[in-house]
Amino acid sequence: MIRQPGSKPEVMGRRIHILAGLRALLPETGLITEPNLLKPYETDGLSAYRQVPLAVALPETTEQVAAVLKYCHQNGVRVVPRGAGTSLSGGALPMEDSVVVGMMRMNQILDIDYPDRCAVVQAGVTNIGITNAVSENGFFYAPDPSSQLACMIGGNVNMNSGGAHCLKYGVTANNLLGLKIVTIDGDIIDIGGAHLDAAGYDWLGLLTGSEGMLAIVTEVTVRILRGPEGARAMLAAFGSNEIAGAAVDAIISSGIIPVALEFMDRPAIHACEAFAHAGYPLDAEAMLIIEVEGSAEEQDRLLGQLSAICQRFDPLSLKVSQSPEESLAIWKGRKGAFGAVGRISPDYLCMDGTIPTSQLPHVLRRIQEMSDSYGLKVANIFHAGDGNLHPLIMFDANDPSSFHKAEEFGADILKLCVEVGGCLTGEHGVGVEKRDLMQVQFHAHELQQQREIKSAFDPDWLLNPSKVFPLLEPEAAGLPQAA
Amino acid sequence: MISEDSILATVADAVRAREPLLIQGNGTKSGMLRPVQAARTLSTAGLSGINLYAPKELIISAWAGTPLPEIEAALAASGQHLIAEPPDLSSLLGKTGKPQTLGGITASNLSGPRRVAWGAMRDHVMGVRAVTGRAEIIRSGGRVLKNVTGLDLCKLLTGSYGTLGVITEVTLKVLPAPDATGTLVLPGLDAAAGTAALSAALGSPFGVSGAAWLPQDAAARVPGLAGIGGPLTLIRIEDFAPSVLYRIGRLKDQYALPGAITLDTAQSRSVWADVRDAKPLAAGADDAVWRVSVRPSAGPGVLNALRASGTVGFLDWGGGLVWLAGPADTATHAAVEAAARAAGGVWTLLRAPDTLRGAVSVVPDEAAPMARITRAVKAAMDPGGILNPGRLYAGL
Repeated sequence: MIRQPGSKPEVMGRRIHILAGLRALLPETGLITEPNLLKPYETDGLSAYRQVPLAVALPETTEQVAAVLKYCHQNGVRVVPRGAGTSLSGGALPMEDSVVVGMMRMNQILDIDYPDRCAVVQAGVTNIGITNAVSENGFFYAPDPSSQLACMIGGNVNMNSGGAHCLKYGVTANNLLGLKIVTIDGDIIDIGGAHLDAAGYDWLGLLTGSEGMLAIVTEVTVRILRGPEGARAMLAAFGSNEIAGAAVDAIISSGIIPVALEFMDRPAIHACEAFAHAGYPLDAEAMLIIEVEGSAEEQDRLLGQLSAICQRFDPLSLKVSQSPEESLAIWKGRKGAFGAVGRISPDYLCMDGTIPTSQLPHVLRRIQEMSDSYGLKVANIFHAGDGNLHPLIMFDANDPSSFHKAEEFGADILKLCVEVGGCLTGEHGVGVEKRDLMQVQFHAHELQQQREIKSAFDPDWLLNPSKVFPLLEPEAAGLPQAA
Repeated sequence: MISEDSILATVADAVRAREPLLIQGNGTKSGMLRPVQAARTLSTAGLSGINLYAPKELIISAWAGTPLPEIEAALAASGQHLIAEPPDLSSLLGKTGKPQTLGGITASNLSGPRRVAWGAMRDHVMGVRAVTGRAEIIRSGGRVLKNVTGLDLCKLLTGSYGTLGVITEVTLKVLPAPDATGTLVLPGLDAAAGTAALSAALGSPFGVSGAAWLPQDAAARVPGLAGIGGPLTLIRIEDFAPSVLYRIGRLKDQYALPGAITLDTAQSRSVWADVRDAKPLAAGADDAVWRVSVRPSAGPGVLNALRASGTVGFLDWGGGLVWLAGPADTATHAAVEAAARAAGGVWTLLRAPDTLRGAVSVVPDEAAPMARITRAVKAAMDPGGILNPGRLYAGL
């Protein structure tokens, strides 16, 4: 279990006074304090960890966010920013003495500018909401995390979310132009804008992926892109992880960069097929979903070349989609992977490490050995083009020892990712989940350097503390950090 | 050849002695931004060499002092390229007889025409090693393509001009170089009409990877465009050869402009290398040079507004990058600032005599709350203020 810091007695002791102060800053229904109404905010996508906060603030404007932060700063109250609560790493897990600032009421699209290919949206707009707003003109917002129906752009910025199409379109950081942020002092700052290159330091880059530790994001200027003429997928099944890995290498070496290149191992194929009936090959050890874009002729040509490459690796089956419907069917299983695994096992941990792609066969072999030794099943889904691995570890939440084993298994996988030259998290963020593993990837002085940068934004460590960095004793005891 | 440890030792000495250091590679960009007053110079040029190149993993890692041409050659040998198409600005910044380095192009975050579609240098820096002003070697990122582990100091260090840390190693994402390149040249459109055409192209499904507008004089400076005449609007496609042919054809039909011509791969590569390196800019020996970054549709307005101040220029990035050359005086600089600000954009004073660049804001000053954070971050990375003091902001 991951340790949480203790509450600040001076905050808990002044609870009633603090809540009254906050209430005065927000609209009538903008502050939640009743225990039964606070319950939905006690956890996020990492539901094994729960803590009801002091209160939930639901601001409707940037100015209200600023007033809340200024007040919390003056009163030494910790603040946990929250979008849709879909974080898989516990990024929005409250502390007992914290105020959650929920961004869901700031859900307006403020401006869409097609000639300049950008849109200004509030932090509580959902990821898919941006694409929906521009799709009638053939545009889209590129990053597409699996949770895109629910997750909010403010959370995407804070976690630097990815998706299945990063190989071509990049992650959140590559698709942003500007931010409006509120500091813990209550200052409102505009970063970037509708232009491509900012001058001075890259605050946009630093804030992206900062997990709510530096500021609260209230508005985001995103790049919107015109969609391709069309897209089509193919499916290739192979006799071993090694062979499928070699096929991935050959594809990249050919100069073709597919818009998506997804890898599923045998357990993942079986789970997804049972769930989605997508026609996945059950005799395969590994399967690739490859998607290309362009005109119909361009798709034909690229899929033909990709088929020829796959043919060199004795595929067990090769299915090139002939229509958008068939492409949809090929993706259906992959996109339903979480639900599919959820049917086999009610509880699972979704891990998120990145490895050099050449290490894939080795890493999958080691994960299987760990699975055997822990006695827990695992299914692997992998963004093969960019090395982002998602092992789904199945466990039984009714059995505490099963959960602890799953956590240890997950930690072992992430340590392995670092050992082979990769990292702890490719797109889910560190949150509380991987906080204590940061020492595996970073030296103490490197973590200290990152902490000092947080202190530059938030000297009293009030913004989403106890995330990302291993707890230091003063923080664990609920005392302000020394800079 | 020097080692990373010797750079660490030099920084540690400077920290102890409280003596500022001028940080550079081969110094090809020392004319940019503000001049640095430092007793000693620390060059990373001797820390050179490619440490890792995994074409199948789209990753290259090299010491900061590695000449950029050496990296480009290694990539070309495997059919790959640097995604952001970084420019060689030696024709503007003066030839030093030495090539720019990987560390220099990273520390300055300079990107070429492809930036409009595929992102800047900072978008492809996957990992960095640097010696901070605390005299510590820190790492951020790594050698994989997707990494959100901890604060992204890669982005903070990229474009920080050596003021937060001495970058010692850079790991970049690379991509297969396109088979073919094609350019659609639309003659005769003024800046506003040209930018509108570029917007339409960039908003098309055809994957445009270059979008520039050159006034007549600027176009005449590009050998590959000689003889066409008039202002030129340039639209580039990079892809497999059949796709280039198809996409250029579709774009050409879309505009149906009389006189539109297409350039083949060799012509296109030569023309876009010139655009990348700002060759169309008629910068006199005594002129100052600015880059202004604005929303693309505002580019023509900035260009036109500043003509009265005696500047010339051209547009890249679909109108969003305004290259300007003009009198190196505070009045012209003030006009550039005002035009950029009015368009909601930012300026960078790329080249000017020390008297000018030491006296004006070479990049926009930050609002007070942000400037406070900037000072605190600088203090967190370089508590003694010894790394390139004053390079970006006076007194920092």
